[in-house]
Amino acid sequence: MSILKLLVVDDEPGIRSSVTRALKNFSVGYPFMDEDFSFEIYEAETGERGIEIIDQSDIDIVLLDNQLPGINGIEVLDYLKSNEYDVSVTMITSYASLDLAIKATNNGAFNFVSKPFTPQELRTALENITKNLYLKRMTRKMNHEGKQIRFKFLSVLSHELKSPINAIEGYLNIMSEKQIGDNVDDYKIMIDRSIERLKGMRTLILDLLDLTKIESGKRNRELKKIDLSEVAKVVADTVEPLAIQRNIKVYLDAEENLYINADSYEMEVILNNLVSNAVKYNKEDGKVFINIKKQNDYILMTVEDTGIGMSPEDISLLFNDFVRIKNSKTKNITGSGLGLSIVKKMINMYNGTIEVESKPDIGTKFIIKIPV
Amino acid sequence: MSNEMNKTIFVVDDDVDYIFQLKSMLEKMGFNVITASGQKEAEDIMDTINPDLIITDLMMENMDSGFVLSHKMKRMFPDVPIIIATALTSETGMSFSLENENSKNWIKADLYLEKGIRADQLHREINKLLKL
Repeated sequence: MSILKLLVVDDEPGIRSSVTRALKNFSVGYPFMDEDFSFEIYEAETGERGIEIIDQSDIDIVLLDNQLPGINGIEVLDYLKSNEYDVSVTMITSYASLDLAIKATNNGAFNFVSKPFTPQELRTALENITKNLYLKRMTRKMNHEGKQIRFKFLSVLSHELKSPINAIEGYLNIMSEKQIGDNVDDYKIMIDRSIERLKGMRTLILDLLDLTKIESGKRNRELKKIDLSEVAKVVADTVEPLAIQRNIKVYLDAEENLYINADSYEMEVILNNLVSNAVKYNKEDGKVFINIKKQNDYILMTVEDTGIGMSPEDISLLFNDFVRIKNSKTKNITGSGLGLSIVKKMINMYNGTIEVESKPDIGTKFIIKIPV
Repeated sequence: MSNEMNKTIFVVDDDVDYIFQLKSMLEKMGFNVITASGQKEAEDIMDTINPDLIITDLMMENMDSGFVLSHKMKRMFPDVPIIIATALTSETGMSFSLENENSKNWIKADLYLEKGIRADQLHREINKLLKL
């Protein structure tokens, strides 16, 4: 358990004591944090007194009212900014004053808590503040260790997780308020979209686990002689329900008894990602061709579709984390943006190569070579 | 008298569900709505439209798509207010830093809103920007 020093600057004694009460025995912990945080509360009734306390003690978090008897909150913010204090400031304000909000944000405030607040609202705010502070300090630490990439990954990840939550929450609100009437059937599209977004989140989590396993090197790889044609059959079967829905035909042409020394799970992930992409980014009534054969001293796998294709710019980004090709043709397609990054990393583990040929509106072909 | 009926809002977001929800919310308020599903599509149709207000997402094709887009749109429509609505808040630790003078000069938006804002709040902010 670690302690964060929290200063509440407000001329209303009631606000100060309610903060103290709400945060007594309260602690914040997230799975990504090494330890939980609890709070030691300091109180100041004016901005001047607040600054004194900040100068004396290493304050981590400030809850700051704007309307104070002497100097106002914005001036306190200015002081903190010009002295480069490492504190996270949250304004206590009424939600209506957006001008103040923008001004305060410009001056480095992190967030707003609207007055009056319930203990639970305050705790929720504190969870976010703590998370922010933790991440901010962690970033600084990681920057020293040259790990910005990892952090950028986390930031994008949180964005990717938040988008579906927002979408689903939006639909649920519409349904909860019965915004388009009492007929359940009228909400079907919203229910379907919510389910689709949930599926997307699940895929993201599974992909993330795959990626983490690869990068940490912690997964127990089981390299043994496996028949690739068998793996390909499993993959083709897995993707079939999705293909049938869109009337897409999947053709599998794999040499029998095509043995390779590999981890069957990894081979399945590689093929599955490529084949399901070939279906997802295809057109109605399209085709997918899976071809696997031995050629000289390598195994040649190709997955080809008759889908929407990609531009050269799209292709250049394709194997990066969280890259999803975004245009009007792909806007209804959900995906984690991690699949091809995983594929590439896994193929690298076999010293293999992956290439792409694609033409917009004609189709895409992935060519994989794995030495045997 | 409210004259939302004559006003057109241009919404740019790569999340098809967010577009759906925001569009119906704005239409219910009485606005006309045009949408684009990303920075590129927005740029493609920019010279064919004549919006009164623009609401754009931040992270689309690129992490800074919203910034680039608002920059271009301000050049094309100097008097049209722009709202950047984003799910990316400072809580990710990757705030888009209005703290920094440099970016403040560079970011050409009139307002930042958190996605998930209530309809009445959004309506108020829009009316303020449109001076309705």
